[in-house]
Amino acid sequence: MLTAGIDIGSTTVKCAILKDNEIVATAIDFTGYNVKKAWQNILSKALDKAKLSTNQIDNIISTGYGRDSVDIANKKITEITCHAAGAHFLEPGVRTVIDIGGQDSKAISLAEDGRVIDFVMNDKCAAGTGRFLEVMARAMEVDLDKFGELSMVAREPVKISSLCTVFAESEVISMISQGKSREDIIAGIHRSIATRVYSMASRLDIRSPIMLTGGVAKNIGVVNALKEKLGDNLIINPYAQLNGAIGAAYLAQRQS
Amino acid sequence: MNMEYKKEPIKTKSKMKEIMTNYFLEAFDAKNKGKKVAWITSGGPVEPLIAMDIIPIYPENHGAMIGASKLGEKLVSYAEGLGYSCDLCSYATADIACSRGEKGPIGHLPEPDMLICCNNICSTVVKWYEIQARYFNVPLFILDTPMCHTNFTEDTKEYVRRQFDELFLFLETVCKKKMDFDRLEEVGRLSVQAQKLWQEILDTTTHSPAPMSAFDAFFHLALIVTLRGTEICVNYYRELLEEMKDRIKNKICAVPNEKYRVLWDNLPIWYKTKWLSEKFAERDVCLVADTYTSAWCSSLRYIDENDFLGSLAPAYTRIYLNQGIDTMANEIIKMIDKYKVHGIIMHSNRSCKPYSFGQYDIQKIIRNKTKVPVLIIEADMLDQRSFSDAQIESRIDAFCELLHS
Ligand code: SF4
Repeated sequence: MLTAGIDIGSTTVKCAILKDNEIVATAIDFTGYNVKKAWQNILSKALDKAKLSTNQIDNIISTGYGRDSVDIANKKITEITCHAAGAHFLEPGVRTVIDIGGQDSKAISLAEDGRVIDFVMNDKCAAGTGRFLEVMARAMEVDLDKFGELSMVAREPVKISSLCTVFAESEVISMISQGKSREDIIAGIHRSIATRVYSMASRLDIRSPIMLTGGVAKNIGVVNALKEKLGDNLIINPYAQLNGAIGAAYLAQRQS
Repeated sequence: MNMEYKKEPIKTKSKMKEIMTNYFLEAFDAKNKGKKVAWITSGGPVEPLIAMDIIPIYPENHGAMIGASKLGEKLVSYAEGLGYSCDLCSYATADIACSRGEKGPIGHLPEPDMLICCNNICSTVVKWYEIQARYFNVPLFILDTPMCHTNFTEDTKEYVRRQFDELFLFLETVCKKKMDFDRLEEVGRLSVQAQKLWQEILDTTTHSPAPMSAFDAFFHLALIVTLRGTEICVNYYRELLEEMKDRIKNKICAVPNEKYRVLWDNLPIWYKTKWLSEKFAERDVCLVADTYTSAWCSSLRYIDENDFLGSLAPAYTRIYLNQGIDTMANEIIKMIDKYKVHGIIMHSNRSCKPYSFGQYDIQKIIRNKTKVPVLIIEADMLDQRSFSDAQIESRIDAFCELLHS
């Protein structure tokens, strides 16, 4: 049985192909302006890797903000359900998923079988999401991929007090002009996002093991800042960023 | 599709338009007829006004009309231009905008001869009514109902009761005539009758599938707010109740494939009721009950029908929004049981602080005491700028998936 999961987020588009409950290919790219083109490209990229063609796929499920644009999907499921399924597939013991996506973050409480028991999402504000980091990287003129390692050498992380992304940006700019070190500012930014996400997740009953998903999971600075709050048992799977797509493909396996 | 059950519009609905039109026409014509108009808050004691032949006008009901006709953003922005903060309740700012010349769905409201403000719903109304009293240069009466955090004491009762005496005096002074207390008891009887009918109507949704949804309740609520204490109101609800009973008999319901029953907390999102009701229906979900419309019959238990005058103080103090969070949570838990709901959606309403403030705590209490999942969505009852379609849709979708799993 061959299935595909396509996750169209605000920043990146992801695809995973599963064969009999095994991952055979994954692909990831920026979403860009044309959502339809984005998922078509990512699907063919993943199919090429797996040396398959679309008509060999038995079931396709799409997820993420752009899920409705995937007209060839047999079903469209929200990223909440897919992230829960993905986490359950990758690490069956997981009880809480914290996902930091491009424009929203969420915490999901899982049952033993990977079903969603409850979930919370960030409010309308972008603070506490990947977008917050992007805005800050631009303000700092630092490549976002470097954020993690730079923050590791911080000596005295600054405190960002603004709750709003736009105000936090001006706060950061004024810190730059005050001569605070980049590393300390970046570490402060990571703490700020971790605090935001943690207080959101605290509205749920956070049960271990906890898995962090979404592109931000690649950022060691945010991971460490979150560990300070949640303890060391925060699982980071190598597929963290693909978790939603994998969950969609896994649900497609189960629902065929 | 469940072939046994079918969806049909509620017939009684057609009478509402006529009743509301006549109500407003009468109010606009009040001066010619020598009648007085009072603006009153939605939780305010209207019966003494009706007994004095005063026409009550509800800016909050007008607010709902503004929301439903999607004029909220325009009016609120106008008020912001006048200097009012964007953090204020949008009912207040929209009303202020309308009375300063910006057009609403019926132009503007009939001008008041007096203002009656009861702070049992919030403290915003006090400042709002003070502003309007200055603007229209009319007398204002403020009925202060202390918050009943855990209980309702004899002192509170006496404190509020005395203010009712002052209210009667106020009305007598403005109208230059005496209060007819027999008439007040009669109006009280009609008011209680209407509240009982309203409760019975809401209770028809304990039947599954429900003959109507909370979205219908949001619509039919208008009369219990504006015309309670009159025969018109009683007759309308009597007919509506009969229709609901017939619908149950004839297998007519709100959502023919009703699989999941959901309770709504807080005010409706007036400009999105159609969108939301379609979203839920597509997902076989019916909003069967809500804490908002039931607030207009929830103090029935404190009313002694044979002593309406003596019941005024508890009835107007012990209302849903004027009590502590634990009491509110308990009420919701009772509703979960009564209406057999599978999930709760809480509208965290940017405008309405007293309604939205304790929601996260209530959510926790519900989570601890029941297994019912609670979704919180953020919006505003009237201001479209606070509503994000994509975000809310994906939250609702995820919540429905959770219910279905
Ligand atoms: S704050 Fe809430 S209770 Fe007060 S007027 Fe506004 S909507 Fe009504």
